[in-house]
Amino acid sequence: MSVPRFWRRIHSLYRLEGTKCSKCGRLYFPERNRCVDCNTYDKEKFIFSGNGKIITYSWVYTPPKGFKGGIPYCLAIVELEEGPRLTTQIVAVEKKKVKIGMPVEFSFRKISAEGEEGVITYGFKFRPKGYPTNK
Amino acid sequence: MLMDTTKVGIVGFGVYIPRFRIKVEEIARIWGQPGEAVRKGLGVEEKSIPDMDEDTITISVEAARNAVKMAGILPEDIEAVYVGSESHPYAVKPSATIVSEAVGAAPITTAADLEFACKAGTAGVQMCLGLVKSGIINIGLAIGADCSQGRPGDALEYTASAGACALLIGMDNILVNIEHTESFTTDTPDFWRREGATYPSHGGRFTGEPAYFRHITNAAENIMQNTNTTPDDYDYVVFHEPNSKFPLATAKKLGFPKEKIVPSLAVRYIGNTYSASSMIGLAAVLDIAKPGDRILMVSYGSGSGSDAFIMNVEKGIVESRKGIPKVQEYINNKVYLDYSMYTKHRGKIKMN
Repeated sequence: MSVPRFWRRIHSLYRLEGTKCSKCGRLYFPERNRCVDCNTYDKEKFIFSGNGKIITYSWVYTPPKGFKGGIPYCLAIVELEEGPRLTTQIVAVEKKKVKIGMPVEFSFRKISAEGEEGVITYGFKFRPKGYPTNK
Repeated sequence: MLMDTTKVGIVGFGVYIPRFRIKVEEIARIWGQPGEAVRKGLGVEEKSIPDMDEDTITISVEAARNAVKMAGILPEDIEAVYVGSESHPYAVKPSATIVSEAVGAAPITTAADLEFACKAGTAGVQMCLGLVKSGIINIGLAIGADCSQGRPGDALEYTASAGACALLIGMDNILVNIEHTESFTTDTPDFWRREGATYPSHGGRFTGEPAYFRHITNAAENIMQNTNTTPDDYDYVVFHEPNSKFPLATAKKLGFPKEKIVPSLAVRYIGNTYSASSMIGLAAVLDIAKPGDRILMVSYGSGSGSDAFIMNVEKGIVESRKGIPKVQEYINNKVYLDYSMYTKHRGKIKMN
């Protein structure tokens, strides 16, 4: 990810900041300039709670460049409790424990590092809800 | 020296300890050392290891989020963010800006990284105390965090671990009143890492008497003398914990009974978390302390210096700490790694 591209997404990657349509209240993650329901450009900042559940997942053994150190890792589609869905990695969990419908929560992790000298990107990943006790 | 009638103290605290562990005996096995003797000598059973996508910044953010949740404040009200560490992921580019942005304190805030071996976190606490006390800011965030590295085969490898503790310092709804602080600092080259070096170096036994013991003992004796207190006036004492042996010996020397220091010794189960070490020890005490308890805490950072604090636990802590992850809960949540997986987690295997 280029530095400016990453920088433009910092607010959503670091703290799940999306938008709420000021007219109809529809929530968007990532943010969206125009509401697809009511066509308005009026929007406000909305920070998602970070709670959600796994809709579907896959364990990755053949990763893209730069992610080999972490395999196998779990990539999932998570539905936030406020509605929007996102693609994310599931961390702090053993392989057999990941299930569809499993409650998960926000976790802050390193996403990638461009070699030894490049920029380090950070952002959300999700983990089983109630960490560290999982209650 | 901080001593007047305005109350300033901890309004929220949070910790984070990665869930991976390696046993001291497993490390000893690799280097042909007598594991049981090393484990007993250090008083450390195992140490924490970060996940492959965790570093000082990510664990700082996790600890800070716990602290903000406990304090029940709006993150944008945090006006200073200091991250103390000896393992900042960047040599140039502050960890504090990333942490500040991630917790939601940015942009109307000041931020900086601090470095003073294992006491950079408590240096941040003192800076926040000054800013709050002088009325420049209302709430400051001081973090001590490290994902420390020990040279393979070196004595430090048995204990160099990972953890973070975040303290929110403010004036409203104080959970722990910080009554007094003072420091003891000299130029003592007991432990260092040169620019660009991967692993730190140390002076072996020199890290004991003229370094750790001299600074902690002097700071503790001075602060007790200046406040006319004795070990009997304290319910708990917390010292920097590079192992269990050093803080236990210091407590004994100063006249504190063992039961006043043992509750702080997380080091036995997670190792030396460097900048977070004495702060996690404090958090372990605050997890169980009762309103009215008085605590003496003294950090130690090689190079060398000690920051001493006298604290009083307030009533609000009982309600506020409910539902926030405790040190013991992080300690209990663990997955063991063998030495090979440990080297992978700590980036000791070069892939290109």
